[in-house]
Order: sequence, then structure tokens, then C-alpha cells
Amino acid sequence: MNFNDSEQQAQFRTKCSTWLHDNAQRKTQAGSDNPHGKRDSSEFLNAARSWQKKKFDAGWAMLHWPKIYGGLEASPLERIIWGQEEAKFDVPQGIYEIGLGMAGPVMMQYATEQQKQRYLPPMAAGEEIWCQLFSEPSAGSDVAGLRSKAVQDGDDWIINGQKVWTSGAQFCDYGIIVVRHDPNVDKHAGMTFFFVDMKSPGIDIKPIKQITGGSSFNEVYFNDVRIPDSQRLGAIGDGWRVAITTLMNERLAVGDANGVDATEAFEWAQSQDDHGQALIQNHAVRESIADWYCQASGLKNTKLRTMSALSKGDTPGPEASITKVVSANKLQAIGNFGIDSLDMAGMLKTERSEVHDFHNAWLGSAGLRIAGGTDEILKNIIAERVLGLPQDPRADKGLAFKDIPSGK
Amino acid sequence: MNLDFSDDQKLLQSEAQKFLQKEQSLQRSRDVLDGEQALDTDLWQQIIAMGWTGIRIPEQYDGLGLGHLELCVVAEELGRCLAPVPFSSSVYLFTEAIIKFASDAIKQDLLPKLVSGECVGTLAITEQLLAPTEHNINTQVANNKVSGTKIAVPDAGIATHSIVICKGVKGIDLRLVELTDHCNIQKQDTIDDSRGHFSIGLDNVDSLLVGGEGEGWELLQNLLDQAAVMFSFEQIGGAQATLDMATSYAQQRFAFGRAIGSYQAIKHKLADMYIKLTLAKSNSYYGAWALSTDSVELNVAAATARVSATQAFNYCSQENIQTHGGNGFTWEYDCHLFYRRAKLLSLNVGSLATWKEKLILGLEKTQTANVKQGV
Repeated sequence: MNFNDSEQQAQFRTKCSTWLHDNAQRKTQAGSDNPHGKRDSSEFLNAARSWQKKKFDAGWAMLHWPKIYGGLEASPLERIIWGQEEAKFDVPQGIYEIGLGMAGPVMMQYATEQQKQRYLPPMAAGEEIWCQLFSEPSAGSDVAGLRSKAVQDGDDWIINGQKVWTSGAQFCDYGIIVVRHDPNVDKHAGMTFFFVDMKSPGIDIKPIKQITGGSSFNEVYFNDVRIPDSQRLGAIGDGWRVAITTLMNERLAVGDANGVDATEAFEWAQSQDDHGQALIQNHAVRESIADWYCQASGLKNTKLRTMSALSKGDTPGPEASITKVVSANKLQAIGNFGIDSLDMAGMLKTERSEVHDFHNAWLGSAGLRIAGGTDEILKNIIAERVLGLPQDPRADKGLAFKDIPSGK
Repeated sequence: MNLDFSDDQKLLQSEAQKFLQKEQSLQRSRDVLDGEQALDTDLWQQIIAMGWTGIRIPEQYDGLGLGHLELCVVAEELGRCLAPVPFSSSVYLFTEAIIKFASDAIKQDLLPKLVSGECVGTLAITEQLLAPTEHNINTQVANNKVSGTKIAVPDAGIATHSIVICKGVKGIDLRLVELTDHCNIQKQDTIDDSRGHFSIGLDNVDSLLVGGEGEGWELLQNLLDQAAVMFSFEQIGGAQATLDMATSYAQQRFAFGRAIGSYQAIKHKLADMYIKLTLAKSNSYYGAWALSTDSVELNVAAATARVSATQAFNYCSQENIQTHGGNGFTWEYDCHLFYRRAKLLSLNVGSLATWKEKLILGLEKTQTANVKQGV
């Protein structure tokens, strides 16, 4: 056992970090204010665009892609090494992940060669931003319950309905969308998948104000929106199969719940007073921090086990499926801990960046436990796909979609 | 990057698994629990014949001269099938104490006998119904003679030797004692009688100093850190076995016309078991790395492995009973064998609370060291 890179991996890591040093600023301290402006501001968007373009020009943007679309044909392990090195630098994150992580693989797998050459390079270069249009007001965990309608009209399809929880829709150029073309068959059989120009007439985008006060997500309304049949991905009726490919990639794209962790809780407890002594002297606090430390360490080492498998050319086991459930819940617990440690004053928003981070963790974690698969859905997936337990009996089996009970 | 065992180590593990299955180790554990014996002597002799007692003993002393990683993979298999043998006390604790801290003369004498099984050792620490500390050890040593009473000592019935934690002139000493008829050794009833535990009364018994005088408590902490990693592998082996049992039962048992494993209440319970086990396994690998490389991170890595492995096996073994419903509460089903062993292992080298405290102390110490070095 060792944590060292092989000679080849070390060379690749040096190549990454050398380029990063020349082109970006190394992170100084965790929790520092984002130098690229507020998330969702145009300043931040511009910073993200120019960083993405810089990466693309050097081949790093989608390094695992084939060279003809702007990649380097890097191995999965090299992609991880790049990610580790990039994470050490202060670069604008959060604009491109969904498009590149979800729309990218779907286009790669289902688009025509001509479309790939047209759309993939600008996607990787950040010149065109992509979003994902799956969830609907009545189709969340049960995405296959979606009811946005697609009706064929000559060479076009006409789309009507509403999508929700679409990250970045307000500034996106294209989106991938799954819609229902036939409500008279089984729900999984009646769906078809497209990509759509987000500037098409009939698309109306409204931001959702989240409990954090921010608006990263949107509602997207479709009123007689025309999509050419040439933008269909997969066969008519194959929408669910195509969507599943994307959802698998989403689980990888969402990953860890970022924010304060055991180390920050530990450092805070050393500095915060508790009835005349340091909070870290409190036994309940020591036990909680030990728990979070073990969870954080367990996740870190789980990733290292995945990397070890990749570096040997093996397929990694299903271990990584635990990542989001564990990290989002840990984040919520640490947020609660930090706020509670201020006793009656914990309610106050203050200038202290640590307190600000605890407030963000407490509010943000509530969303992270839902985004990209709720705790409950992820546990179902572990139980069914990893442990091999039977699926839940379904009340919608064997029914045409239009006959499925939908409540009110 | 390689946080995994080598092909040779994996081969050793699969051979160990096959052997212990063929020898029906789980059934033997039940037999020991049901009977009067404190171990399965036949299985222990076969394990000695396989050479496992000498895994870490250098070849010059007739051992296999392998590393801690080989011990870790064997530990996982012993834990998976609850082997009723004195392996942890003699190999993870006593043998390691001799290898690391004993004089050459003692090594010459004991190491070959530990390989051959002529010598079996254990560590005698606890004296009262509370956590042992540097300040509550009352067993005394004077003129190399040890007097006092130890309790909850594993495997003292078969052990020929013990390292006894004593109060000496300069502080705590590790003392090597031969367990002869002069020692008053009595079997004690425990929550898991598949592993024998004993009290030892010592009255002016000859002893030899192991390690520096007055340094015993520090040496003991190092031994416990090392052993905690191996114990964590026994614990993840046991946790995996209970998860497998619960999964298989949930697939076969029907209620209200469907497999109970199709209910989310059961699915989520089993997913939680898998999550805790995965975290514990990854942390145990980290502990194994720290142990095998003699890392300065060993104290933190060992505590991390130990805490999460204890949490995993305790949770998995208890929820395995719950998944089995009434059947899980019967003596006939194996669930209780794992429930007992999980609790026993979670106490053997110190409780969950003790190890959480060690973890935080380790983090505090690391931070102080970093500040001094200007990191």
C-alpha cells in the first residue's frame, strides 16, 4: 500500500500543476471569499467563461474526450488527478458542471457525428452553456412520471409543459430534455429525448427563490416550442433509457456536498468559548467531531480505493455510491453544531466568516440532501443495485400512463 | 496510488476464507459458546500448522517474516467467521510486544515458541470495573516480583505467558510473566463465551522487564494503536458477514405477500449498514497503510479505523437481528453470535468512547506539532 503516484502519474500531475500555476491563482485559505464575484452575477459568469476557454485551448476542459472534440483522450485516473490539482486553485466553479457532466456524455453517445462536431467543442470551450430539463412539478424522484407533451408535426415536434429545478437555465444556450410523446402506453415506454435551443420561441424562464435566498434554479415553461426531429437523441420511445444514462452521470457530477467539514468544526471548537473553557473540552463536542472526522476520512479513503482500482485498470466497486448521502448529512450536522455553539446568539448573521459558513452549511445542506437524488432514492439504489434487493412493488405497473393515479 | 492489498495478500485472504469455511469455524464458535471450553483447541492447532501465528515473526526465529498487511487480511477472515481461537491476544498484542520491545534473549527464547504454538501469550491490563488509566493500575512490581489481580484477560486459560501492566518504581512497567500453577487463573463469564476470558491472581511472581522502566504506559498505547487496526479488520469481517446474512434473509423472507427486502424500511436499514461498513473498511485500509509504513499518523489512523469499525459492527450486528425478526432472537439462529462478538470486540482494546477521545487527542497533538514546525 502507498499513496504515491506511479512515475507516469507523477509526470502527469506535474504537467497539470505547472499549467495551473501559470494560468491561475493558488488558493490561500479555505473559506476565503470568492474572488470571482457573487455566484449568479454576470461578473462570475464571465470569469467562469474565460477560465473554461483557457482550459479548452490547452486541452484540459474535457481532457478525457477524443482529440477531435477538443480533449486529450486522458484516462479516468488522469481526469481525477487533474481534478485534484485544479481544486487547489481559486477558479470559478459551478457553471459548467451540469452541462459537461450530463449533456456531454449523452451527446457523445446519441448525437450524429455531424452534431457532435458542431456542438461538443463549443460546449467544452464554454462558448455554449448547456442545462438539463428533466424534473417537473409532479415528477421529482419519480422522474418517469413527467407529463410535458411532445406532438409530432412534420419534421418538428411541438413541446408543451413545464420543467423545474433547471440549474442555470437563465444563461444557457442549449438543454437536454425528456418529454412524453405517448400517454397511452406504459410510462417508461412513452418518453422521447431531445436537445433544444434554449433561445427558441415559446420558452419562458423564471428563477426559483431558494431557502438560501439565492436563485440557482429555474422553472422553464414550454409553450408550443418547436424542436426539429433531427435533434432527437435515441429512438422515439427510448427517452427513459437515454435519461438513465444521464442520471448515472449526474450522480458522478453532483458528488460531494461541499462546505465546512470536521476540520473546520475542530478548529472552531478550539477557538470558541464554552462556559469559561474552550468548546473542544466539552465531551459531547469531542465525540461529535470524532464521528464527523471518521466519516470524512472514510469518504476520502473510499475515493482513494476507487482511484487505486482505476490505476490498476480495474473497474471500481460500488463504494462511491455512499458519497453524497454521507457528506450532505454530515454537512447538516456540522452546520447545526456551529450555530448551536453560539447559544442564544446563534440566530444572528454576523461578519465572522466561520459563522457565515455554518449558516450556509445549515441551509444549503437541506437542499443537498435532495439534489441529484434524495437520501431516500440513493438508499434505494444502494439496496437494489449494490445489495441486490428486489424493487418496490409499483402501483403504476402495467398501466397506461394516462391511467396512473396522480393524486392532487 | 495503491490503497489496496497486493495480489499475494488477496490470495492469502481467500485461502484463509476457504480454510475457515471448510473447518466450519462459525459452528465451532457456537460449540465453544455452548460448552465448557474456552477455545477450540483443534482449530487453534490447525491455524498454528498453517503458520499464521508466525506471520509477523522474522525468519531467523522460524516465522514467515511477512508484514502487518498479511495479518490484516487474516484478521478480516477470522472476524467473518468468529474464529474461537486466541489469535488476537497472542498475535496482535503479545507477539507484537515481544517483537517491538523485548530483549534479544527474550526474543530468542519466545519467538520460535510463539510460531510453534508451544508458547501462547496475552496482555493483562484491566483491574477494576472501569477504564484502566496510568493512575489506577494497582498491580505492583518490586524486585522483579509481581503482585496483584487482573480481570477480563483474554485467553489466560491456554496462555503460557502474559505481559502484565504493573506499577513500578518509575511509573508503569510492562512485565513478562510465565503463567504457571502459582498464578490463580479463573475463568470469568462474559457476554461472549465463545472467547475465554479470565482473572489472574499474581502473588510475588517472577517477571522480566519488557521495554524501558517507567515507559510501560506509552508502549502500551503504541501496542493498542497497532492492535486496533487488526481488530478493525476483524470487525469489518464480522460486519460484512452480518450484512450478507441480513441481505439474504430479506430476499427470502416474505410478509404481506412480498419479500421484506422490497420494503423501504428494510432497504434503508440495509443501505445504512452498507454505508457504515464501507466507511469502516476504507478507514481500516488507511489504518493498515499507517501500520505497514510505521507512519507518524498511526495514532490518528488507528483511532479512525477503530471508531468506525466498532460503529459498523455494532450497528450491523444489531440490525441483522432486527431484520430477522423473532427468528433473530432465538439461540438457534446465528445472529446473536455476531451480536455478542461485536460487543466483545468493541471492548477488547478499549471502548468507543475511549477511542473517540484518543482520536481527538491525536488531532490536538498533530496540530501542536504542525504549529511547532510552522506548517
